[in-house]
Amino acid sequence: MTINEVQDAIVEEFSVFDDWMDKYNLVIDMGKELPAIDPKFKTRDYLIEGCQSKVWLHPEFRDNKISFTADSDAIITRGIVSLLIRILSGRTPEEIISAELYSIEKIGLRQHLSPTRSNGLLSMIRQIKLYAMAYKATGSR
Amino acid sequence: MINCIDLKNINDIRADFPILATKVYNKPLVYLDNAATSQKPQCVIDKVSEVFSRYNGNIHRGVHAISDKASEEYENAREKVRSFINAEKSREIVFTSGTTGSINAVAFSFGERYIRSGDEVIISHLEHHANIVPWQMMCDRKGAILRVIPINNNGGIIFDEYLKLLSSRTRIVAVTHVSNALGTILPVKKIIETAHSMDIPVLIDGAQGIQHGDVDVADMDCDFYVFSGHKVYGPTGIGILYGKEKWLAELPPYQGGGDMVENVTFEKTTYGELPFKFEAGTMNFSAAIGLGTALDYIRSIGTENIERMEKDLLDYANKRLSQIKELKIYGHSEKKIPLISFLLKGIHMYDTGMLLDKMGIAVRTGTHCAQPVMDRFGIEGTVRASMCFYNTREEIDSLGTGIEKAVKMLS
Repeated sequence: MTINEVQDAIVEEFSVFDDWMDKYNLVIDMGKELPAIDPKFKTRDYLIEGCQSKVWLHPEFRDNKISFTADSDAIITRGIVSLLIRILSGRTPEEIISAELYSIEKIGLRQHLSPTRSNGLLSMIRQIKLYAMAYKATGSR
Repeated sequence: MINCIDLKNINDIRADFPILATKVYNKPLVYLDNAATSQKPQCVIDKVSEVFSRYNGNIHRGVHAISDKASEEYENAREKVRSFINAEKSREIVFTSGTTGSINAVAFSFGERYIRSGDEVIISHLEHHANIVPWQMMCDRKGAILRVIPINNNGGIIFDEYLKLLSSRTRIVAVTHVSNALGTILPVKKIIETAHSMDIPVLIDGAQGIQHGDVDVADMDCDFYVFSGHKVYGPTGIGILYGKEKWLAELPPYQGGGDMVENVTFEKTTYGELPFKFEAGTMNFSAAIGLGTALDYIRSIGTENIERMEKDLLDYANKRLSQIKELKIYGHSEKKIPLISFLLKGIHMYDTGMLLDKMGIAVRTGTHCAQPVMDRFGIEGTVRASMCFYNTREEIDSLGTGIEKAVKMLS
């Protein structure tokens, strides 16, 4: 599946819910299902600090694809981290760099990505793109 | 003119605040973030609108009718502030941009005039950043030392430790009237009396104090009292610096510009009289006038009534929230404003706040700009429900039910 196919699938999954609490229940479930990050990566080096919640993000570059594992101390943040991983992990640097993340807005979770929210998610997306740019640069050397 | 007429019951009071009828996510708004900013009664909204629709002329400058009218209203507002806090003279009331602006002004001007290397400034562990950082900046500039009164597990200051910190090196004590993070009401009168026995002036940060009861600066005998308009049902962007005349007369101005001067030449400028020497440039006069109306409104309800209603809310909230076994309250001081700071066992504050929001309940999560308080309790932040007289028991029930629902979803 392409990045946009995954995003469309996510929008579809959320479209069955009208009620906010149901949507958040799904986000929370996704947070609980997020594969655990290796504890050795839950360090300051991989920490993306927000003022309200924290995100840890670890990249791995193999066969021109970047895989991410991640975690957060808040379960709702972890749910959205889980969505982002599902969309962006296992992609080539080029795919990640050119990705447009429209699905988060479409399912009504845009407020979590607002710059004032400071939960680490916006910084997480920036960090993912930075890793992609770095790997692209080193990979083509 | 709109009058804020005699008020009888809570429904009448709530009807004065149009925003309280708002719905968020199709649910009635339960506004429990009053410590961050309070809502505005219609009379304040109308007053600000009246300024712009009828007499928007720059104050203290024009020879024309609407400038005169605006100046008169602005000075009336100053007089209302004076009377509200029972200051002796209206020249002791300086308009600023807010609590932060007021503290920065005092920290700068007082520092310039009185602080030398090795001098000490005392604050408490309960301060929000606005009453920490300006003093730190001044101490850095002057080579002075910041001393901090520690707090106990209930969130009250340890008075004996305060006594130990006071010394011949202490130049000023700056403490909060009420903790914004825990709700503790500090024994400000005792703090002031003790400092005064050693001829040390005291600044009281009233950002969370002014709106919850009677503030009488004459009785309190503080040297400075500062607060924000927007937390006391007035507009944003306006604040008050009250200072005893003997101090304000001695302090140098902290900003230069128009309206604060008596005479300007390129060689020398002489400053205007109090309070104008501290009001450089065009002041936020519409907000100042709106603040005057907000204080009228509070008076129409009565500070005693406000205290009584808010005590009832706090007691009720304590009782309701203590039924939730996963909930831990931070701040158990005997004297508190109606504010409850809490965490749910094993649940991140951000998650709690997010879900409450989706139920229409507005609370604040985080450090509340008082990081040292959170560090003291070894936590990263809390969920804070801050009430005021227009809140109801039903809203506290909604909060209780909302928290229980959040616990269920998040555990």
